Amino acid sequence: MANKDFDVRPTPLLDELEKGPWPSFVKGLKRLRDAGKKYSPMINDLLGQLEHSYEERLGFWKGGTITVIGYGGGIIPRFSEVADKFPESSEFHTLRIIPPAGMHYTTDVLRKMCDIWEEYGSGLIAFHGQSGDIMFQGCSSENVQPAFDALNEMGFDLGGAGPALRTSMNCVGAARCEMSCYDEIKAHRMIINEYLDEMHRPALPYKFKFKFSGCPNDCVNSIHRADFAVIGTWRDDMKVDQEKVKEYVAELGRDYIQEHVVEMCPTRALKLNDDDTLSVDNKACVRCMHCLNVMTKALSPGDDKGAVILIGGKRTLKIGDLMGTVIKPFIKLETDEDFEELVEFAGEVIDFFAENALEHERTGEMIDRIGLPAFLEGIGVDPDPNMVLHPRQVSFVRTDDFQAELERMRAKKGGKKEAAE
Amino acid sequence: MSEAAQKPRMPDETGVPDPFPYMHPIMKKNYGQWDYHFRPRPGVLCHVAKSGDRIWTVRAGTQRQMDVFTIRKLCDLADKYAGGHVRFTTRSNIEFLIDDESNVEPLIEELNKEGFPVGGTGNSVSMISHTQGWLHCDIPGTDASGVVKTLMDLMYEEFVNEEMPNRVRITTSCCQINCGGQGDIAVNVQYTKPPRINHELVANVCERPAVVARCPVAAIRPALVNGKPSLEVDEKKCICCGACYAPCPPMQINGKEETRIAVWVGGKHSNARSKPKFHKLVMAGLPNNPPRWPEVGEVVMKILRAYKENAKDWERMGDWIERIGWPRFFELIDVPFVKHHIDTWTYARLTHNHSTHIQY
Repeated sequence: MANKDFDVRPTPLLDELEKGPWPSFVKGLKRLRDAGKKYSPMINDLLGQLEHSYEERLGFWKGGTITVIGYGGGIIPRFSEVADKFPESSEFHTLRIIPPAGMHYTTDVLRKMCDIWEEYGSGLIAFHGQSGDIMFQGCSSENVQPAFDALNEMGFDLGGAGPALRTSMNCVGAARCEMSCYDEIKAHRMIINEYLDEMHRPALPYKFKFKFSGCPNDCVNSIHRADFAVIGTWRDDMKVDQEKVKEYVAELGRDYIQEHVVEMCPTRALKLNDDDTLSVDNKACVRCMHCLNVMTKALSPGDDKGAVILIGGKRTLKIGDLMGTVIKPFIKLETDEDFEELVEFAGEVIDFFAENALEHERTGEMIDRIGLPAFLEGIGVDPDPNMVLHPRQVSFVRTDDFQAELERMRAKKGGKKEAAE
Repeated sequence: MSEAAQKPRMPDETGVPDPFPYMHPIMKKNYGQWDYHFRPRPGVLCHVAKSGDRIWTVRAGTQRQMDVFTIRKLCDLADKYAGGHVRFTTRSNIEFLIDDESNVEPLIEELNKEGFPVGGTGNSVSMISHTQGWLHCDIPGTDASGVVKTLMDLMYEEFVNEEMPNRVRITTSCCQINCGGQGDIAVNVQYTKPPRINHELVANVCERPAVVARCPVAAIRPALVNGKPSLEVDEKKCICCGACYAPCPPMQINGKEETRIAVWVGGKHSNARSKPKFHKLVMAGLPNNPPRWPEVGEVVMKILRAYKENAKDWERMGDWIERIGWPRFFELIDVPFVKHHIDTWTYARLTHNHSTHIQY
């Protein structure tokens, strides 16, 4: 081995993961170990501890408290429980760094990040963690501050961790996708940068995640992985280029289009006509994206674009998995005012969560506990049948103000109509 | 001491960086003005703007946890063929953005030569979305990087080709918190025994009321053990979820044999055709068997083959299973249906078949 400063730890189990065609993280770790750099001894012991985990089938890291000056979160501290055996990697903290929205990079930025991480860290970087952060993995306690300072000087900031607003993600969207129904980057940056204080100084009951997808294909998995999902859609008719439809029919055949496009429409909104054109019942269409996905050249979203907001998605802990619930069936996202309204609404939801959720309770769990009507009242949103699959089916509810509520909603609707006229 | 030395540097609270300085000029120019896209070959997308401009994307798989030498190698290729412009997908694939079509094939050739698979587009199996595991997490039951490396080796051909009925999104998670999320196939740790409590440490390490509150089934209560304040678990109630382990590490949930692996199928986030759905349990109790987890690989490949051979074009895993019915699915993958496949959690009765709709 190239490095004579330490004895290379044997890793017979991990060596098995150098085999096979997929890029190997073990090979990468060994490159760092053998680089003769100041982090090489740390990676040697890291490999030793990981091999130990593979033998014992147990993890050997524990948390702790490490922060940078001015912030309360964003560093994931890791102290080894087997530091006596592997002292060089006894501290192996992670810096979560927020990537540019949409994860666009130029190579000069990536190279600078590599240089900084060779100077202060382990040379190991994950693009990206599950929340969407760049994970600079493997830093000693004393190097956390200078590493952050160097990245911060480059224009990069720490992401979220703990009970706080978390780093967000948006799909590639308007930058490279014809399905995009709003400016995902703008919405993402406006919301997160407005409420950045909640990220850097954790004071919420539990984590709060935003995610931004440009269309119902939901490429950043917002519907389940975000407390607040903004998913692009449109209200008017989808666009159909009938000449292109005919080209698809000519290429794939009528049977294929009938079976794989028309019959897979969830609301039977499509009809393949005798002349190989396509009719769309836009009132029945639920904007599921299937036909647009199959016939990208022929079909596209309409012009009256915007987004659906779903709130409360999360994974199992503590009450079971939850998908987000429709809270705003449609918001327009075109003008600066539209985006400012969205930012303001997001703030109201965060505030309500901060004031009403129990410790370690996610937004979806809070809604489940207090009931959707109470949540809607709290954030000032009127009930809408799009929020549910169907109306109540259990009669066990007190309804003495039912008629008054009807009157109230009628008056509101009437008022809106008058204002519009 | 100078003033600068006395005064700590305060952070620049810049938040989410503006991506436009890094974005490919063609993407900037045609922002929000794209017309359509097509895939000239697996691993390559061509997007056409309303202006007529075109951009080619070459997508390659990475190991996610990358050493700086790998990153610089990818940067060298991006400088040579993509004007230095790249982006990453949510599944840790790197995308090279190219405005000159003649650079596409040479880049693919060089990526392959350097050991990076080109694929993950269209109806392929993309990179597994995964968590940290033994490499870095404080509560992991297994090592995500190792499981993912093994599975991607097995599914390599399905990454570089587009031969699946629809896209396949696989996730792994190293504990039941399931940071990996929903997937067409999900490979997740499933604990099988209640936590083993180190009563010597509980009082010093754990905030006991918070731990009691964390339990989904109220199985934890304060107790005095050997004269020391600690916690005890009602093992008849305990569902072995590990929720108590994170706030209270002396409640060790992991064990060499006790930590097992489960496989779930049919989850998706997309709204295409059917609504988004959660994945459902197929297999549990698989051994946590590093470094190659062969038992897990066998189950995953069996499911993948059944889907590939039997689903219709454009059916996601969950769509397909719902069409053929769960009984037929269990037959196809040769797994007996057992009591643990029946849900017992809140709203479990909504998962019962309250009809005579049965496929014989």
